[in-house]
Amino acid sequence: MFWVLALLAAGGGFLVFRFDSMARATIALLVSFVATGGLLVVLGLGYLGVVVILMMIMEMIIMAVFMVAYMMNPAGLMPMAMYHNKPASLTISITTFVLLGGGIFLVRWPHRDSAPPADPTLQLGMALMGPQMLTMMTLGFALFATIVATVVLATHRGRYDRFGDDLLHRPAADPVPGGVGR
Amino acid sequence: MVTSAPLWSVLLVPLVLLAFTMTAVSADALLAARTAGRPLSVAVCSETLAEVPRLLVGQRRTTLAPDALLWRMGVLTVPACGVLAALVIPFGRVTASRMDVGVVWFNAMEVFTWAGLWMAGWGANSVFGLIGGYRFVAQGLAYELPLMFALISVATGAQSLNIADIAAAQAHLWFAVWMPVAFVVYLASVYAFSFLGPFAYPASRDLAGGVLAELSGVDRLVLQGGRWLLFTAGAGMAVPLFLGGGNGPLLPAWAWSTVKTLGVLALLVWGRRRLPTLRADRYVELAWVVLIPLTILQALLPALVDLRK
Repeated sequence: MFWVLALLAAGGGFLVFRFDSMARATIALLVSFVATGGLLVVLGLGYLGVVVILMMIMEMIIMAVFMVAYMMNPAGLMPMAMYHNKPASLTISITTFVLLGGGIFLVRWPHRDSAPPADPTLQLGMALMGPQMLTMMTLGFALFATIVATVVLATHRGRYDRFGDDLLHRPAADPVPGGVGR
Repeated sequence: MVTSAPLWSVLLVPLVLLAFTMTAVSADALLAARTAGRPLSVAVCSETLAEVPRLLVGQRRTTLAPDALLWRMGVLTVPACGVLAALVIPFGRVTASRMDVGVVWFNAMEVFTWAGLWMAGWGANSVFGLIGGYRFVAQGLAYELPLMFALISVATGAQSLNIADIAAAQAHLWFAVWMPVAFVVYLASVYAFSFLGPFAYPASRDLAGGVLAELSGVDRLVLQGGRWLLFTAGAGMAVPLFLGGGNGPLLPAWAWSTVKTLGVLALLVWGRRRLPTLRADRYVELAWVVLIPLTILQALLPALVDLRK
């Protein structure tokens, strides 16, 4: 099971750069991520694994929409490639893979001298986040505020465009009418 | 207490799901005949099912330069996630997989339809299919977050992600009774992820069938059957999540599971014909402006109840 998922994860990631269609490249990346989620499940981190699968599907499909919209040649009707400067990029990626993969075998891993905990997800969460919970919560709020601020700054339509100069125009003049009738 | 059935019971899940699905499809055919003013009979009831052999021997349509791989993968994904989602539904006192994170698993399998429908829409290289696939992604962005908060509400109420524990936590009071917002949002989301009824927008008639437009023969059977399997799995999941699972007086647990599942299916099949189709751009505003705040408040209620314990 481990090896099947590992091959799918690495193979899917490799195939991203072989396909000449944005749609196929995205789905190949999705296969790679889903296999990685499966690997987490095999490791006994059921919750993390299934959440990774859940989030990656949503993320990859939304990414597919944007990549197809932005890439020069989304449909693959003309040859397109997912890489630039093939020799250099291939060298860098193979070197990184060998370094990281070799590291796994060279590092002296700690020896387990007790049974695995009942809930490894909880243990992992405590190890990663436990002492830094306050930092993480602050960071979360800061990130969210950044997202909202960026959207507010980026939109070219403000309340005067929606409600008129006297802010009295109702319903709002929106290019796409919503369902609530604000 | 719900126990885990032996491994071979996984093979029974598709069969049970199929039996419920065929019941729902037959009831739907009867309702269609009643609306059309035709006399009701056994032949009318099995009309939709009689389509199956015709589709099985029918020609598969091919289009100009399709992405056949993605197309087939997308079509197959839909029934596959219906069956996989049903794996974690407890039926009476047994469940095929007593997974600790059953709720998240169900959610993940249902989200696979995003990929499935987008690929099915993209692969055909046809404008109607493509728009249909994109419509489902827009609809997904609208329905998914309220659904997640509805699932979080019941998981918080039971303090567990295990569906058997969630059903057991409702021995005294159904979650549907004290979490009505989550229940209604969940039922709406069942229509949404099976793109039926008010959420049939990705495959609607104004788009010549949308994602179904270029599908014929066995492909059409697989996608149409798949959406009904998902629909039935969603209805079946409402029973342990909101209606107390197999708990009930007098009758055995499996009988209560059957009765409740058929009840939810009847409500949803009836509602499918009573509700107008919603455009995604209208539902997305309703979902984000009204439903997300409402479902967050709904999730707060069991959280406060937990704190009082």
